Amino acid sequence: MNVIARFARRHDLTCRRAVELITDYLDKALPGRQRADVERHLSRCPHCSEYLRQLKATIMAIGRVDSDQLSPDVKNTLILLYRRNEG
Amino acid sequence: MRTAGSDHQLLIRLRARDEGAFTELVQRYHRPLVRLAGAFVSRDELAEDVAQETWLAMLKGLDKFEGRSSLRTWLFQICVNRARSIGERDHRTVPVEHIEPAVDAEQFSPTGAWTSPPTPWPERDLADDAAMLARIRQAISELPQLQRLVVTMRDIDGVTSSEVCQVLSISEANQRVLLHRGRANIRHGIDEAVIRR
Ligand SMILES: [Zn+2]
Repeated sequence: MNVIARFARRHDLTCRRAVELITDYLDKALPGRQRADVERHLSRCPHCSEYLRQLKATIMAIGRVDSDQLSPDVKNTLILLYRRNEG
Repeated sequence: MRTAGSDHQLLIRLRARDEGAFTELVQRYHRPLVRLAGAFVSRDELAEDVAQETWLAMLKGLDKFEGRSSLRTWLFQICVNRARSIGERDHRTVPVEHIEPAVDAEQFSPTGAWTSPPTPWPERDLADDAAMLARIRQAISELPQLQRLVVTMRDIDGVTSSEVCQVLSISEANQRVLLHRGRANIRHGIDEAVIRR
């Protein structure tokens, strides 16, 4: 095994480890070396790439579970609350 | 997501007794406050009450607020403190202050390989499917409390990780573990729904 192959081997992540690091990876909270390890694993591993795709889809969907529309009733109640407090 | 800068401007207007600034803040944060309170109390009306009390406490504390945290963080902190004490009175399962035991949503062999690798989902957008959204909403409400709080703030309300840590008094590392487990649990729920179809 040449030096580069040995180096690569030493930094090979298992799928379990790659999945453990994926939230930190998405949050850009990994140190450079670890980030590169995760990226290398993802480029080679179809399972973890699929997992990442699904996790991104999950995050997108979670972001859309609640419409942020405030009902006019609630809004009016709160404005009355404000006026009572200020008045 | 809205910038801290414009919250700051709203704070200045609010201190000048500008009702429009209050209305704007309510538009931005009332729903997130109700969601936050919902993780502590058992009934929707109670969560609504906690959010209203939070606004009142904000108005009363406005002159004393030193601005060491953002207005949003401060609001969320008021809300969590109130919701916590009401939740305890309400006899809901008392919040657990440590990280819930790890029950991994994914399974790996002793060598760290997938035992059942993820199978691809249909291409279309999950959020276009009303039944799927309802399922995800349900899955969020069933998460352990801290996971639910972190996922809600990060992924629905778009709050930063450091603000989440301040609001819940947890470390960055804990925040990421909770976020990771929460998202993984929800992904798992979606996966089951996709497979059963
Ligand atoms: Zn992998």
